[in-house]
Amino acid sequence: MDKLIMYMQYPFVRYALIVGVLIALCSSLLGVTLVLKRFSFIGDGLSHVAFGAMAVAAVTGLSNKMLLTLPVTIISAILLLKNNENSKVKGDAAVAMISVGALAFGYLVMNVFSTSSNVSGDVCTTLFGSTSILTLAETDVYLCVILSIAVVVLFIFFYNKIFALTFDENFAKATGVKTEKYNFVVATVIAVIIVLAMNLVGSLLISALIIFPALSAMKMFKSFKAVTICSAIISVLAALTGIIVSILMGTPVGSTIVAVDVVAFAICHGIGMVKR
Amino acid sequence: MKKQITFDRVTLGYDRKPILQDITFSVSKGDYLCIIGENGSGKSTLMKTLLGLIPELDGDITFSDGVKRTDIGYLPQQTPVQKDFPASVYEIVLSGFQNKCGLRPFYTKKEKENAIQNIIKMGISDLKDKCFRELSGGQQQRVLLARALCATDKILLLDEPVAGLDFNAMKDMYELIESLNKSGTTIIMISHDLSEVEKYASHILHIGKSVFFGTKREYLEHSEKKGGLI
Ligand SMILES: Nc1ncnc2c1ncn2[C@@H]1O[C@H](COP(=O)(O)OP(=O)(O)OP(=O)(O)O)[C@@H](O)[C@H]1O
Ligand SMILES: [Mg+2]
Repeated sequence: MDKLIMYMQYPFVRYALIVGVLIALCSSLLGVTLVLKRFSFIGDGLSHVAFGAMAVAAVTGLSNKMLLTLPVTIISAILLLKNNENSKVKGDAAVAMISVGALAFGYLVMNVFSTSSNVSGDVCTTLFGSTSILTLAETDVYLCVILSIAVVVLFIFFYNKIFALTFDENFAKATGVKTEKYNFVVATVIAVIIVLAMNLVGSLLISALIIFPALSAMKMFKSFKAVTICSAIISVLAALTGIIVSILMGTPVGSTIVAVDVVAFAICHGIGMVKR
Repeated sequence: MKKQITFDRVTLGYDRKPILQDITFSVSKGDYLCIIGENGSGKSTLMKTLLGLIPELDGDITFSDGVKRTDIGYLPQQTPVQKDFPASVYEIVLSGFQNKCGLRPFYTKKEKENAIQNIIKMGISDLKDKCFRELSGGQQQRVLLARALCATDKILLLDEPVAGLDFNAMKDMYELIESLNKSGTTIIMISHDLSEVEKYASHILHIGKSVFFGTKREYLEHSEKKGGLI
């Protein structure tokens, strides 16, 4: 406990907690939609695209990597969605191609052009998140906070539309809801969430951060609203616990959070079984 | 009678491959049109075309008498809902109003009240807070019908609404649909149940190898001449 209080005096620890909680909140919001709609594979593919962009940003020595990764990921999200709507290549095949391609390209770029002495360390960090506590520059923190708030506000604003779209897109479309427009919004928000979450857990673990809280909440609750609220709470609690544990035990922050998410899932599964 | 929907020599199909050609029929306010035909004859395809989910390949579909394409509420043949979807009956019924929302983020009080009204009308008020995926097939159909009523009360399109229902649930469903029709809603129903079709329909569209459209009386005379139902 003393150790924790001592750590809290450092601004970077406080930053890490604030940013961690906000990112966890955002990433849980669209979990249900991602799990239940074909968007899930897009989420997976995008995280790899974000990795590729991150590699390029690292090599070109951009001071703020999000300036590159964010637009690239958003554009890929939109392209993937468009492609999914009207193409002969099956959606998942296209995503698999793009995501594996981006992964290979990113690693290649990092290996060939990197000036850093520890290439495999850098790659590992990008894939699995930083090995110790998050060290974010102040501008990164502000950007994270602003983007997170934007995601939460957008989500609340579009909540009912996202429900209608997730539950039955054809019905919404047939009765005159502008489904393409809202799909576009959802894709953009997912892209933003992925770029944000990459800071926290690295690009390979993003899906876990997004999907586990939603799956856990679905074990216990049966209305969309209850599941959404519950998954937000689970996600925030898991992130807090994970970050604190990682500070105290010196474990890698991303995988610690995901491990807590897995434990939470097991507990919720148990509760769900008992309830039934 | 004012025409609401007119199909003029319409060709329909998927990916530019026609399945049905030269379909001509019209629907007027208050009609009860039944669409019949064998499995795979293109009934659901016709419905998707009517709703604008897939484009028509040729011909004209016109909407008139103040009806827009988006004024059609529908009940799909198979509920496309995934097994695990967490959604309460009330949430689903309310989502029928989404087309009236535009950019407005939340439902109005009036819409919420109307949703409850429609739930009562369908006789499922005791299921309001239940989870959709845990309902029986017949109960699910009623929920989706309540949702369709929120989207519109002008035209309802029903794709085999009684498939999989037991005898009593089926009878209830037909009576429910008839009462909606009596209160002025145009009904377009896809069905395999010829005896029920004869009982309720005002018009019949038969699709398949031979295409027929007319009133029920015309259809019965036509099929008698051919010896039995076509
Ligand atoms: N998405 C699709 N893409 C291409 N062809 C399709 C598609 N869906 C259906 N078809 C084909 O279109 C034809 C008509 O199908 P449709 O679903 O309209 O039949 P239906 O009359 O509704 O049959 P049922 O009584 O079994 O519901 C079938 O031959 C089917 O194979
Ligand atoms: Mg069909």
